[in-house]
Amino acid sequence: MATKVILESGQISGALEEMAGQILSSAGEGGSVALVGIRSRGELLAERLKGLLSDLGAGEVDCGTLDITLYRDDLDQMGYQQPTVRSTEIDFDINDRVIVLVDDVLNTGRSIRAALDALIDFGRPKAIRLAVLVDRGARELPIAADYVGKVIEAPADKRVQVYLSEVDDTEKVILE
Amino acid sequence: MTTKAKQGQKMKLAETKDRFVWTRKHLLGLEDLSKQELVHILDTAEGFKDISERAIKKAPALRGKVVVNLFFEDSTRTRNSFRLAASRLSADVLEFTAKGSSVSKGETLRDTAKNLEAMGIDIIVIRHSAGGAPYLLSQCVDCCVVNAGDGFHEHPTQGLLDIFTMREARGDLTGMKVAIVGDIAHSRVARSNIWGLHTLGAEVFLVGPPTLMPSGADQLPVTVCHDFDEIIGEMDALNMLRVQFERIGSPTFPSVREYSRLFALNSERMKRAKPDVLVMHPGPINRGLELESEIADGPNSMILRQVTNGLTIRMAVLFLVNQAAAEKRKHEG
Repeated sequence: MATKVILESGQISGALEEMAGQILSSAGEGGSVALVGIRSRGELLAERLKGLLSDLGAGEVDCGTLDITLYRDDLDQMGYQQPTVRSTEIDFDINDRVIVLVDDVLNTGRSIRAALDALIDFGRPKAIRLAVLVDRGARELPIAADYVGKVIEAPADKRVQVYLSEVDDTEKVILE
Repeated sequence: MTTKAKQGQKMKLAETKDRFVWTRKHLLGLEDLSKQELVHILDTAEGFKDISERAIKKAPALRGKVVVNLFFEDSTRTRNSFRLAASRLSADVLEFTAKGSSVSKGETLRDTAKNLEAMGIDIIVIRHSAGGAPYLLSQCVDCCVVNAGDGFHEHPTQGLLDIFTMREARGDLTGMKVAIVGDIAHSRVARSNIWGLHTLGAEVFLVGPPTLMPSGADQLPVTVCHDFDEIIGEMDALNMLRVQFERIGSPTFPSVREYSRLFALNSERMKRAKPDVLVMHPGPINRGLELESEIADGPNSMILRQVTNGLTIRMAVLFLVNQAAAEKRKHEG
């Protein structure tokens, strides 16, 4: 299958740095910011943003991980393809915080819908923002990202795959 | 992040990629489960732990599903645990007790189940005095069947929660030495523990008077021992079974005093055990009979942890069987 590189390793870092800058300048208004990554790539991106925010002088930002499996709207259709349910690890109080949800790719918006429901079961944040590395369009729900690394128009039959050096042998975003 | 931690994370995610596929829509016992299947249940249960600890103790995974607690024997703990587990996953729960129901009018198990199924239920949780009743049920209904204890056969979720508790405390079960102490012959808890622990690589010791050992114990993957004091020092976990009062006075049961002297876990005997030995009990405890109060409430006791973990395990089991059923429906069109 023909693949096309959307972001090279350096561009991923650049995009994340820019997102961290934007988060620092805007998300903090009216409350203290915390990051919550959606398993599994979002978790890694949230950790990176945490590091970048700290480099920018934001100090130690709380960072948690959300597993959305139990909140998916396609559980009945997924059957055997279901990922293993993993734990959600948010060891700070999310009440009255500004939570930045972090995911790798924004597509239909259904994962984010599930994540919003899951997050709200942990408390009532002051606001929830969304940061994604790639927005590939084709939304099925009225959901938009606040911080985006790269916007592309991906044909419906193509997959956007994010590889990160923490868990993959390479670091890039491709369209395949 | 240190290189080692990075490697660890890499491995963790790599495992996630090689997805294990759970395909059973019934959980009837642990004897037939493979090591992978057991590990998958335990791993899945890890993901359900936090539900009980957060602000809203509910997730929508079984929303719109109906779970029936079909209990033909008395139970408080298991029944409530299943009920709460189902509620935490947003299922509706129908409570069915044989006493005062159509069963007392002579309805067969099959008819009872078929009638419940006609109301559109998704999972039957059954406890029955006859070993094999859950299997029989699984053969004649379309919905999922989960065994909550059948005769002297199995009590798989109790076995799983015991094993989950041991794994939580020790990390790995391989080579762990576990003694199951008491009336093994009449214990379904013991059987589920034996199968699960054996498959996961633990070494199981059965301790009790010869009259309370199951016939054919030599066929089981266990070491039988009649002298508790002889082996207690080597054990990593002691699972103390409840003495069933109805057996006291029967020819197979020694006097209460003799039983206590030989097989109860008391402070005197505890001195011979490893300092970090895990003390477990499926409940309800006969304080002072099989287990001394100070030990039941002491630092080695895992008993309340077992109860908490029971809820977690049952959430995971209900979730998994329902997912397998959904997949099967998909294939049947």
